[in-house]
Amino acid sequence: MKLHEYQAKEVLSGYGIPVPEGRVTYFPDDAWMVAMELGLPVVLKAQVLTGGRGKAGGVKLARTPDEVKEVAKDLFGKKLVTKQTGPEGVIIRKLLVEKAADIGRELYFSITIDRTTSKPTVIASKRGGMSIEEVAEKYPEDIIKIPIDPVTGLLPYQIRRLKYDLELVDQEKEAAKVFNALYKVFVEKDCTLVELNPLVVTKSGHLLAVDAKMDVDDDSLFRRKEISKMRDLTESDPSELEAKIAGLNFVRLTGNIGCMVNGAGLAMTTMDVIKLAGGEPANFLDVGGAATPETIAKGFEIITRDPSVKAMFINIFGGIVRCDKVANGIIQALKKVEVNMPVVVRLTGNNKEEGMETLKKSGMRFYVAENLKEAAKMVSELSKETEADINKNKQQKKDKEEK
Amino acid sequence: MAVCVYRTSRVLVQGITGKEGRYHAKACKEYGTKVVAGVTPGKGGQEVEGIPVFNTVEEAVRETHPNVSLIFVPPPFAADAILEAVGSGIKTVVCITEGIPIHDMVKVKSVIEKEGVTLVGPNCPGIISPGAAKIGIMPGHIFKRGSVGVMSRSGTLLYEVSDQITRAGLGQSTCLGIGGDPIVGTDYIYWLKLFEEDPETEAMMMIGEIGGNAEEKAAEFIKSGAITKPVFAFIAGRTAPPGRRMGHAGAIIMGKSGTAASKYQALREAGVHVIENPGVIGETIAQVLKEKRL
Repeated sequence: MKLHEYQAKEVLSGYGIPVPEGRVTYFPDDAWMVAMELGLPVVLKAQVLTGGRGKAGGVKLARTPDEVKEVAKDLFGKKLVTKQTGPEGVIIRKLLVEKAADIGRELYFSITIDRTTSKPTVIASKRGGMSIEEVAEKYPEDIIKIPIDPVTGLLPYQIRRLKYDLELVDQEKEAAKVFNALYKVFVEKDCTLVELNPLVVTKSGHLLAVDAKMDVDDDSLFRRKEISKMRDLTESDPSELEAKIAGLNFVRLTGNIGCMVNGAGLAMTTMDVIKLAGGEPANFLDVGGAATPETIAKGFEIITRDPSVKAMFINIFGGIVRCDKVANGIIQALKKVEVNMPVVVRLTGNNKEEGMETLKKSGMRFYVAENLKEAAKMVSELSKETEADINKNKQQKKDKEEK
Repeated sequence: MAVCVYRTSRVLVQGITGKEGRYHAKACKEYGTKVVAGVTPGKGGQEVEGIPVFNTVEEAVRETHPNVSLIFVPPPFAADAILEAVGSGIKTVVCITEGIPIHDMVKVKSVIEKEGVTLVGPNCPGIISPGAAKIGIMPGHIFKRGSVGVMSRSGTLLYEVSDQITRAGLGQSTCLGIGGDPIVGTDYIYWLKLFEEDPETEAMMMIGEIGGNAEEKAAEFIKSGAITKPVFAFIAGRTAPPGRRMGHAGAIIMGKSGTAASKYQALREAGVHVIENPGVIGETIAQVLKEKRL
């Protein structure tokens, strides 16, 4: 789960990490008042859960009261398109108004879990303010990587090395405090990433976390209630959100074949094999290992009500989720939703026969495929036929009207 | 001979009194696996499907001498369950649980590395040596004893591919799920080495997916000349959009690394038989092996 910058700063500040004075605002007037309280100049920063926000024009400096008004009016409600959002962008609903920092030097400092070593790892650089990918490309020799043993935590010698490499000898005590506090946050809040970019050395020689990013492990939210309370749902796709609440893994894609699969790997493979057969998947849906007939019914509903879906593929390899469970879920869903598209079913593995029997009794009409290759071919052709039929009907209707 | 688990393996089931633990302990036993004990704190003295239940792993080990533990404990307590097994001297642990906090796994990983424990999973279907022992949740009937060693990050994809291999007239020496999480107990390299040494294994099948660099590392290892048997590979997620997590915590493309294309390229350069169409994995392996035998 990603936190907004203002939320991350709230957490960090609670651990004694210095952040600029500021407040999150929801209206232009509000932003103006906060700016006047803080004193000019101020920085207005769009609070959106996506990277690349500065380059897209979501962060602006204001020097005069009029500038504050202008910038706030401009940013609120604006659609921000960054390299991560795609063309649909994201609407700015909150602005963080902060006292502009008097920047001397910009550093980069983050902690993440390195998958190759399975250890928390500090990544730091004296070249902050730009993306770490850019630093890695242009100045690879300026990136410091320090793996941390989870048993010992961040050690004094590692902090000493950071002090010298980041040229923080004058800020020795402050730096040690910030680095230790950040590691503490990382562990105590179950983070997968905390990133300060830039971590600033002000002209007066103090450290200041001018920007902060924090990602918290979704699997730990059961014990991080204070974090899960911060979740901002306004930027989520409504169907994806509904699926998530039901315990399903759902990602919307752009095609017209609705997919319902058990297991993430098989769900990805189903997308791949549909593409290879010339079709276009409309979604990724893994019903998950803990699926019940209720969650399966929900998944079925979410897929069938999407108007772009023209055919459906149910691909279940019964293991921990047994085929009869899935069939019962579909029966439940059929009580609520009407299916007027071709459905291809491929059930195999645990309790396949019981599942097939249940589906046959349901009254739903469906095509049966024996294997993955055959199923993909079938559903891709059916999706195209349905799409063509719909277009033909539309054309006929239009022709009639014209006559 | 198969690898890691055998007819002689003695299995302990942690979390045996839960719904899944109970169902799968029974299914493993029916397959022919020697399930010797179960553990659920507070349920000691009971029996599940004729299997004695103990309060602690230590007690179960003392009384029944298991050498493999199969874990169905819920995510908040699963890491502790793994460490309890390790602390009681069990050297092979199979963890099915999905959704263990990553910081818990950081600690587990550091301990199992020091103790020399083989952890299969977590977030995996387990491990099976067809005809000898099934230690996990996979449907037993789709596997057949044979000569292909199969490793997968995904559970149902392991079934799909093993089923195709069986239908193509071949069989498997051992099949296992490495696990779908960012931190798992073993990597491909660990199993490639075991399969290379196993006389029953003639070829290996790697089932990968987008995200991380486990496949690239395996490719490097194979390229170094350590593996002489034929290796086949499929990578799931070539059509996945970047930046979106595809179900598994580990399956996400960040920047340029971790894509299906980069993995395929690395594997191809290592001389691996890359199969890009998931519909024809079984038949492709059968065909290549047939040509080799001629």
